Amino acid sequence: METLWFMLVAAMLAAYVVLDGFDLGAGAIYLGAARTNDDRRKILRAIGPVWDGNEVWLVAAGGTLYFAFPLLYASSFSGFYLPLMMVLWLLMMRGIGIELRAHMENPVWVGFFDLIFCVSSVLLAIFFGAALGNVVRGVPLGADGYFFEPLWTNFRVGADNGILDWYTVLTGVIALVSLTAHGSLYVAVKTDGELNQRSRTVALRAWPVQVLLTIVGLAATCYVQPTVLDNYERHAIAFLIPVVVFGSLGLMIYAIRKGQDKLAFVGSAIYILGMLTGAAFALYPVVLPATADPAHRSLTIYNTAAGRHGLTVGFTWWILGMILALGYFVLLFRMFRGKVRLEGEGY
Amino acid sequence: MDSALLVDRIHFAFTITFHYLFPQLTMGLAPLIVVLKTLGLPRNDEVYHQAARFWARIFGINFVMGVVTGIPMEFQFGTNWSHFSRFAGGVIGQTLAMEGVFAFFLESAFLGLFLYGEKRLGPRAHWWSAVAVFLGSWLSGFFIIATDAWMQHPVGFVGAKDGSVQLSSFWELVLNPWAWWQYAHNMSGAVITGAFVMASVGAFYLLWGKFEAQGRIFVRVGVVAGLIFSVLQLFPTGDGQGRMVAVHQPVTLAAMEALFVSQTGAPLVILGQPNVDKRKIDNPIEVPNALSFLTYRQWKADVQGLDAFPPDMWPENIALLYYSYHIMVGLGTIFIATMLVASFLLWRGKLFSARWMLWILLLALPFPYIANTAGWMTAELGRQPWLVYGLMRTAEGYSKMVSAGNVMFTLLGFLGMYMVLGILFLFLVHREIEHGPVAEMSAGH
Repeated sequence: METLWFMLVAAMLAAYVVLDGFDLGAGAIYLGAARTNDDRRKILRAIGPVWDGNEVWLVAAGGTLYFAFPLLYASSFSGFYLPLMMVLWLLMMRGIGIELRAHMENPVWVGFFDLIFCVSSVLLAIFFGAALGNVVRGVPLGADGYFFEPLWTNFRVGADNGILDWYTVLTGVIALVSLTAHGSLYVAVKTDGELNQRSRTVALRAWPVQVLLTIVGLAATCYVQPTVLDNYERHAIAFLIPVVVFGSLGLMIYAIRKGQDKLAFVGSAIYILGMLTGAAFALYPVVLPATADPAHRSLTIYNTAAGRHGLTVGFTWWILGMILALGYFVLLFRMFRGKVRLEGEGY
Repeated sequence: MDSALLVDRIHFAFTITFHYLFPQLTMGLAPLIVVLKTLGLPRNDEVYHQAARFWARIFGINFVMGVVTGIPMEFQFGTNWSHFSRFAGGVIGQTLAMEGVFAFFLESAFLGLFLYGEKRLGPRAHWWSAVAVFLGSWLSGFFIIATDAWMQHPVGFVGAKDGSVQLSSFWELVLNPWAWWQYAHNMSGAVITGAFVMASVGAFYLLWGKFEAQGRIFVRVGVVAGLIFSVLQLFPTGDGQGRMVAVHQPVTLAAMEALFVSQTGAPLVILGQPNVDKRKIDNPIEVPNALSFLTYRQWKADVQGLDAFPPDMWPENIALLYYSYHIMVGLGTIFIATMLVASFLLWRGKLFSARWMLWILLLALPFPYIANTAGWMTAELGRQPWLVYGLMRTAEGYSKMVSAGNVMFTLLGFLGMYMVLGILFLFLVHREIEHGPVAEMSAGH
């Protein structure tokens, strides 16, 4: 049961990264790729009806994490206190940027909210990558299952590390580059003409950086947290995951060169899912490794899970709720399918 | 007093109070927009469609504010109240996760369709999208109320070996009688806010002499809904909620009424300032025996005062609790009177020309917000000193690893952020109202 919920929460978080990832990425390229007001409105229109729904995956995943693993929620949310609060502020600023821009006519304020939207998207991508980096690297958990990290200490991976050290900065940059490519490809799918060309160029330029960072990231992870290889050695079939990751990178560059934006976007989605699956598989059954005395202090799915009865009951309504949610999303994306046009309703 | 605990409490109190300014209008306006859409449906009446679209724009701005201020609420369970989260997560994790899975997906997906899809959907499908947004927002309200009701009156749980509580009965949790009274009372309060806001904007247009066709619709729908729900707010929902408190939290009832001494035939205090040190009320104006009657339906029933309980069981801030409760009840009574007069004028066909009454409706706008806030303060201050009634004290629940300095930093951050949000919200809503229901927006939606 605990393993099942581990997979379900991981799947919800992965859905969040793939979905909100493309609108974060679209925000990251927003100022660079879209130069005219019409181009910017096209990007906003491409994400306008869906970004809020995408963000709900984060809230729903958070709620499900709380429900299934209360101690993990309590420990990690209080331990990552400052970066989480900053993520909240960035999410707020970003939401305001998107929604208010549409209400403003004065070019000064339009420019201001454009900047807010772009900067908060970039920072959020970095924060989420750094968060994953922290979970992989481990935190200074005490015997009671709690910890607290300052924002940074000396940027070294060691005994008294902060949220940011060289490794988590690296994972943050990997997330930014991957989501930038992901968002560019989404914008390419949803637009045509010059904007389509420019966002495709962004993805094309990001590709070699993405490949290089993936290799560096994997090496750094094995150095920082050598236990990540244990599960792979036990189940050799899991080495398919890195194969899929590099295969998806190959698919992306092939499809971008052929001008098949949808296929390239699918490749990017597979890449993100592959990276996240690889991380989740490496950690399991640990959900938050301890840097000191990991054998006893690490939080696992077993010592953080809610009671068995609650988990069983929850599975019933979770399945029902997810079927409904998938239905809404299919309906929503079908209603707004195709290239965006500027005439008509919205943004 | 541990200072981190104090800052954590102010942090939650401030963010939740600010947050609830928005969902009450979201939940109150959603059914009224469905009413407007329904009235416009049979004859495909453009005036009603314009009215519905106007409120959809206000709803959209308000909804975004509710979402961005709502996410911090869920986060704070973990960030600022981690010991409480660990203790109670096995039970209230159910309702909080269900809110995300059932309500938020429904609400957000259909809001996108509702705001941007009227032309693509056609009138009937668009009506359904309005209904889905209404259901989503009310479902969301239920799961939050069920969570709070469990903290007020915990049911359906067993103690686990590690000291936490775990779910034993799902149905006891969602059928908690406290939750259903509180839900009915709270949702009725939300519709009152929606109705007063709608009537207020309608009155503004009639007094201004612009957009009068829509203004009349707003006033009519607002006054009729306002009357119905102001009455429901008192009876049966307020009465039922009050009796839940009397049965399960008698010490809270005594503190709400500032009844220091147990007595037979207890009076109902209308006005007066509680003096907790001297255990009396200064210059009281009272209705004799009324508290006994309202609580137990007998004029001479015994009502327990604060003296019947040890002081460490008393709510900590009796004066604020007393005022919150009295402001809520007092305003609720004024709402009924206001809407009765307005409804009478509407029935006689004189309301739209009675400028004095339109002025009253226009200026009444802030008061439902005050009453709803005071109601929530009554519920949450009344629960003190407990975080989970009878199981966990508030002083045990906060995040002990997060220092007061870090909490103060984020509290100041939220104060600044919410000040900016509040100003932007007022600016945008003001602009929508000035543009009116008929004018075409040049760049907006």
